[in-house]
Amino acid sequence: MIEFKNVVKQYPNGTIGLNNINLNIKEGEFVVIVGLSGAGKSTLLRSINRLHDISSGEILVDGKSITRANGKQLRRIRRDIGMIFQSFNLVKRATVLRNVLSGRVGYHSTFSTMFGYFPKEDHDIALDALTRVNIREKAYIRADQLSGGQQQRVSIARALAQKPKVILADEPVASLDPLTTRQVMDDLQRINRELKITTIVNLHFIDLAREYATRIIGLRAGEVVFDGPVSEATDAKFSEIYGRPINEDELLAADAPKGGVTV
Amino acid sequence: MTPAPTPEAAASGAPTPPPSKKPAPTIDSKGLQRYKMLATWIIFIGVLVVCFVGVDADFMALFSDGARQNMGRILGEMMRPDWSYASHIWKPMVETVQIAIAGTIIGAVLAVPVALLCAVNIMPKKIVSIPARMVLNLVRTVPDLLFAAIFVAVFGIGAFAGMLALVFFSFGLVAKLTYEAIEAIDPGPLEAMTASGANKIQLIVFGVIPQALPYFFSYVLYTFEVNVRAAAVLGFVGAGGIGLHLDQQLNSLRYDRASTIIVITLVIVLLIDYASTYLRRKLL
Repeated sequence: MIEFKNVVKQYPNGTIGLNNINLNIKEGEFVVIVGLSGAGKSTLLRSINRLHDISSGEILVDGKSITRANGKQLRRIRRDIGMIFQSFNLVKRATVLRNVLSGRVGYHSTFSTMFGYFPKEDHDIALDALTRVNIREKAYIRADQLSGGQQQRVSIARALAQKPKVILADEPVASLDPLTTRQVMDDLQRINRELKITTIVNLHFIDLAREYATRIIGLRAGEVVFDGPVSEATDAKFSEIYGRPINEDELLAADAPKGGVTV
Repeated sequence: MTPAPTPEAAASGAPTPPPSKKPAPTIDSKGLQRYKMLATWIIFIGVLVVCFVGVDADFMALFSDGARQNMGRILGEMMRPDWSYASHIWKPMVETVQIAIAGTIIGAVLAVPVALLCAVNIMPKKIVSIPARMVLNLVRTVPDLLFAAIFVAVFGIGAFAGMLALVFFSFGLVAKLTYEAIEAIDPGPLEAMTASGANKIQLIVFGVIPQALPYFFSYVLYTFEVNVRAAAVLGFVGAGGIGLHLDQQLNSLRYDRASTIIVITLVIVLLIDYASTYLRRKLL
């Protein structure tokens, strides 16, 4: 589904962001990318939908090169990739439904979206997406009236409204408390399983990575230092990825007892 | 005036950095502070004196017999407004407000595309944003009365010239305030729209406009307040409205009638200011 071929990202100041990445992510996988901050997790994720440009190499999404795509082609590929951000990135003054509908713009011409009009099918798709993350009843409330966890679910619904083949989530739970963290991760997992949407998530909690991922990719200084199923991602392996023993604060369980949390 | 910073930082529970401690003031730095303060005052007073000399300021004139007599006479006449004259000025008064409304609306509409071109977060290409800002600054350096005088010369005496003057004035003011508001919006939704495959116009419609619109409306209302006051004096250069009548009455020394015009203008301006301020508070 997503293929990295010798991908290199070098920043203008000479810093290497990504160093010769070769990956092949298959359809339906739930991939978690782990690594210290600055290891290149976000750069890797954002290069997939080209929010960041790469310096050399090529990235294929569903067989199409996003690296070479331009204009309309690029927007077409992006339409198939939903993205979820750490800070939700909702328009706070707009209603929840409006935010979710904005995920549909890739399907319409500039002219028909210019006046903010969406056909009824789009409203159905948006409400359906909200139902999937259990906040259908919040559809007509302003986004800034919701809690952080609810806002993140709105942003998941917005990504779903795109009818994407891939979902990218860049530290989706870093702004959330442990309880809502699990709700959001459960939503992502359920969507991955039920809709077979390939999901790639950046996380810094390694216990969460183990719990939800089908495959873990470890990054260190812009290089892939681990790539394998959860069963192989032992504490020793994580220490290798991090270049040091695991800290308490890299475990969500350190923030709250895992067993005590109900969803 | 500008959008508030996003509360994410606070919500994420990130530890706040300890407040930076300034080094304890030493005797030396205290002395330096005092010299700086003294120098500031000297410069300030020096500038004031130079300006007084420049304008031939004569404070004794304020209390001279001539001034006292004139002031007393004019104020005395103005204290007794000629209300019978009021019926003559309703029409130009309405025209004044119409000039302000039309000028504000047309100017504000023209300001939207230019504000978008000026905002660097929407238009990162400097080759567009820098010339757009230059045009804007040029328009803003011309005072509204000068615009009015020019348009009176071009299109003749009348309200149309006044309206055009206010179109330019409103355009400059609204575009400037709006592009600054656009640059201060939360970039998050723009990133999200780009990621979902939106093109530039869709990004503006769904990411920029919902964030900037309340500010835009607030600035338009504010500009309207300023324009009503400006429209009241446009008549002095022949650009229509109540100002023409005020000019005539002042020139023929009918201070009782001038007073009527001033009182009515004051009431209208106050009413519009009050309504506009109320609406702006509701918007933000």
